[in-house]
Amino acid sequence: MSEHIHALLPRSNRRDFLRLMGGGLAALTVAGAAPARQPVQTRARIVIVGAGAAGTALANRLSQQLAGARITLIDARQQHLYQPGFTLVAAGLKNAAYPVSSTAEWLPDGIEWIQHRAAEIDPEANAVVTADGMRVPYDYLMLAPGLKLDFDAIEGMSLELVGQHGIGAVYAGPEYAAKTWAAMDRFTDTGGVALFTRPATEMKCAGAPLKYTFLTEDYARRKGNRGKVEIRYAAHGNTLFSVPIVHEKVRMLFAQRGIHTVYDHVMTAIDPGRRIATFDTPDGPVELGYDFTNVIPPMRAPDVIRNTPLPWQSGPFAADGWVEVDKHTLRHVRYPNVFALGDVAGVPKGKTAASVKWQVPVAAAHLVADIRGTTSDEVYNGYTSCPLITRVGRAMLVEFDYNNDLTPSFPGIIAPLEELWISWLMKEIALKATYYAMVRGRA
Amino acid sequence: MKELTFSTMIAVFEEIFGPLLFWAMVVLALLGLMAFVYMLIRDRGLRALPFVRAEVVGLVGGVLAVWFVLFMTSSRITHLGGPIDLITVLLIWAVGAVGTVMVAYVVQGLLFRRRRPPPTPPA
Repeated sequence: MSEHIHALLPRSNRRDFLRLMGGGLAALTVAGAAPARQPVQTRARIVIVGAGAAGTALANRLSQQLAGARITLIDARQQHLYQPGFTLVAAGLKNAAYPVSSTAEWLPDGIEWIQHRAAEIDPEANAVVTADGMRVPYDYLMLAPGLKLDFDAIEGMSLELVGQHGIGAVYAGPEYAAKTWAAMDRFTDTGGVALFTRPATEMKCAGAPLKYTFLTEDYARRKGNRGKVEIRYAAHGNTLFSVPIVHEKVRMLFAQRGIHTVYDHVMTAIDPGRRIATFDTPDGPVELGYDFTNVIPPMRAPDVIRNTPLPWQSGPFAADGWVEVDKHTLRHVRYPNVFALGDVAGVPKGKTAASVKWQVPVAAAHLVADIRGTTSDEVYNGYTSCPLITRVGRAMLVEFDYNNDLTPSFPGIIAPLEELWISWLMKEIALKATYYAMVRGRA
Repeated sequence: MKELTFSTMIAVFEEIFGPLLFWAMVVLALLGLMAFVYMLIRDRGLRALPFVRAEVVGLVGGVLAVWFVLFMTSSRITHLGGPIDLITVLLIWAVGAVGTVMVAYVVQGLLFRRRRPPPTPPA
């Protein structure tokens, strides 16, 4: 038998071959390069409050798009937290170091980082005052300070309790997420009642309370202890999720998985000694027992925002101090040189990193257009993404907008309401990388 | 998401692996491809026996690629939940298999150079 199956290539010599391959590599490099844009020359003073996902991504974007601007970032936090990773820490899949990096490593050259907390904002005088008394004037103010987890609003709750008495607090930070995992691991060994809740306020990543409920059920089942575990979910209103079609799907999954739901229950107090949580309900206070719970407190705008004229003055976003911005441009309604992004923005959706990824280019486009003396038609449509983990190894890639329309990124390929491994794969591998690419202003 | 461009994908891959490792892997993959094509040119075609051996190794390489992804993502094959999951696994297997076949073929080509047939005596 001949060793030649067939001759694939015409005769050539080694030099021609290497030239061909070299040319292909050069073509690939050119195709991968981003289109060059001329930075806009300006002397504008731009102050960004907050060095989280939105603030850092914006600092990078603006430093790419502007030349000569004086960009100042104000934030005392030395650590940058990849918050979507907290659930994985609390599920025992990653350690507490997984979501943590340093603020400094993400900041672009050429900006000023003031490592103090913003203490006062005066939008009439166009100035921010830091905690050490430094006054920082601005031409444009970009607000991205995040939000405040108001654990004090839950009577009897203290972060010192996390990891003991069956109390967890995934949102509180990576160390607390790790302690929550230890408590959940013990609980799914011993059994009892797991009680999950969410606050009645606006909140970041509204899918996270559901994810952790699913994960706890999954661990109990994997350990062969599902029979010893009762799982209850206390919804703050009459739905499990603000998007009706997603609510229905989760309701069905909860029923399949034997997770009992009560509606219109808002946690107000916790008694660690008795392991009793108290809820406000339409019928008055109700006490529910637990052996393990994940306490999620009310979420509000930080005090530095609430103590200014910047929040909504009326409507659903007024009580908790969310910044009054146009929901499509993120520009302040009363102070046109002020924008708000991320958690602090008073818009119906958008307290996720996926929203920030869309919001940052929109706010940057409007700011750069202002500097140019033109306008921008860039719009934020409320896009939010939630890889809703339903068990270790599966998730639903739920994406939606202000209209509660599903907006799948891969229509016809990745079904948004199906529990899929590929959605889990994306959560595990791609999302953190996409997040950091966004923070660098590259995605 | 709003848009998925080629430059975005490069940025994401650089974050997953780190820029150095990512581009080292790209270069290695290109070198492997070049070496494979070089073998084809050198041997003026595909040699059947080494290729069949490489295919056998490739079967294992594909399985290892799937195992690696499952291991790295704390998941199991039983977590596949829909057609796209099956397609994804098959693609991972195919990438692992093709890569391994090329490497195995090139290694054989480098180690065991084909003996030239004796010159045909003039008639």
